[in-house]
Amino acid sequence: MGRIAALTRNPVMIALVAMLAIAGCASKKTPNNAADLGLNGAGAATPGSAQDFTVNIGDRIFFDTDSTSIRADAQTTLSRQAQWLNQYKQYAIVVEGHADERGTREYNLALGARRAAATRDFLVAKGVSASRLKTISYGKERPVAVCDDISCWSQNRRAVTTLSGAGS
Amino acid sequence: MKSILKPLLMVAAMAMGMTAAGTLPALALVELNVNKGNVEPLPIAITDFQGGDALGAQISQIVTADLKRSGLFAPIDKSAFIEKITNPDAAPRFDDWKVINAQALVTGSVSKEADGRIRAQYRLWDTFAGQQMAGEQFFANDANQRRVAHIIADAIYERLTGEKGYFDTRVVFIDESGAKNARKKRLAIMDQDGANVRYLSDGRSIVLTPRFSPNRQEITYMSYESGQPRVYLLQIETGQRELVGNFPGMTFAPRFSPDGQKVTMSLLRDDGNSNIFAMDLRSRSTTRLTNSTAIDTSPSYSPDGSKVVFTSDRGGRAQIYVMGADGSGQTRISFGDGVYSTPVWSPRGDLIAFTKQTGGEFQIGVMKTDGSGERILSSGFQQEGPTWAPNGRVLMFFRDSAGGPKLVSVDLTGRNEQSIPTANFASDPAWSPLLE
Repeated sequence: MGRIAALTRNPVMIALVAMLAIAGCASKKTPNNAADLGLNGAGAATPGSAQDFTVNIGDRIFFDTDSTSIRADAQTTLSRQAQWLNQYKQYAIVVEGHADERGTREYNLALGARRAAATRDFLVAKGVSASRLKTISYGKERPVAVCDDISCWSQNRRAVTTLSGAGS
Repeated sequence: MKSILKPLLMVAAMAMGMTAAGTLPALALVELNVNKGNVEPLPIAITDFQGGDALGAQISQIVTADLKRSGLFAPIDKSAFIEKITNPDAAPRFDDWKVINAQALVTGSVSKEADGRIRAQYRLWDTFAGQQMAGEQFFANDANQRRVAHIIADAIYERLTGEKGYFDTRVVFIDESGAKNARKKRLAIMDQDGANVRYLSDGRSIVLTPRFSPNRQEITYMSYESGQPRVYLLQIETGQRELVGNFPGMTFAPRFSPDGQKVTMSLLRDDGNSNIFAMDLRSRSTTRLTNSTAIDTSPSYSPDGSKVVFTSDRGGRAQIYVMGADGSGQTRISFGDGVYSTPVWSPRGDLIAFTKQTGGEFQIGVMKTDGSGERILSSGFQQEGPTWAPNGRVLMFFRDSAGGPKLVSVDLTGRNEQSIPTANFASDPAWSPLLE
């Protein structure tokens, strides 16, 4: 099919997306939490491993309803993430944005994208190189908690920092 | 996949009766005024079509089901019939039908032609006037038996209501199976009554929001297959797919223009906001329609192509806006108490359907194109995404209850809600135009 010129995009960013896409091909899915990993405690993970990041640092932050601002508790988590990511620079990073089910599908894709971007921007502000970061929105299509009440919704309104690339 | 949308039906309308349709003097007696507030369903007797073994009864059954689900007709139970129709071409004993209060009567026959095609014909009778109102015959190949029945139902619907029917149509949707946190989502297509389901994707990638082209041959939808979610075009018959545009970020919420030449969709900006673009499918040129630091999404063209209605949260919460098709004159039209999204312009042009969230509920409603006259047609915990039947009288949407989404239709009165049977969970329905 015909290609059309990229819009008003920064050419550096385009090159970056292409590069990360290639990096992404070689990656494997990183488990999201301790339960997935079958670990009993923090001490089990090797420092600098993906398990270490998930278990000891915390790979996700949560948002208020229909909000994309980074809450105080989330800022603490993201600062910890940034410090870790700056120490272990071998990883490429994909930030996934998610929404709870109380919103329409298309709007929630946009909302998840905005949460991922806000998370990325915070990490960049804390010194993580923008060239390592990519975002993706899953809208409300990938809930982790599946009940129909407030306890689930709050867990699903999240941004998850996932690691890929060498060293994982 | 095999020719499901080809012009597979040779339709030969034939003036068969003493009077041709549309010229009857006495039609005032049997006519539904569907624009009255409270429509009393019209009692109608639909006899088994003669011949064709089980096929005759099957056609009658499909016609009956279509008309009944429209809410405008009350098919009379066959056990009440007095006259047994043996010659569907002869005038029935009208008194036998009047006495069971059948205001309209359908007779018909089906037979196999020498070339293997099916020939189906029907006659519609006005029992109180004692006259034939309409009569036509249709030819179809074996694979299109159900379509013949839907076409006959459309003809009866149109003759008695004065409006086009919507039974000979298809619906694309997302078939959903598996656990809620690991849902397999597949593109699927079926007849509007849930029959003849076919799958258009294998379920390996998340697919969402399919929309029909006005040419009935293509759909546009969003898929995660490349990693980054993007909008694609799919030729239904050949299975050929292509990416719509080559944008660096996520593209989503696609919809065709009424002439089928353009796709409008949202494009994610680097700052995390989303704007609306339109892409000409021939020249591949792209036009930016909105440029706000907000979420602008769910664009839908007016049927004349001159305007686009969309969702934006530029005012704080998601509301409905209308703009010119070039992006000019963006104006908010929804002002009710709640969050509004997924606006869809009626094929008649007079209404905009939407999803509204208020008081912990999701509502499906309609408003006039200036935002006035809001009416809620259906409420529930979790329901969204209305799509219009081509005649602008019925909406289909999806409702999440009992563990997953299912498809539901409701008419503009809000009193006739019907569930559409699907084998698995189903979401994101999009109604085709009338087939050709």
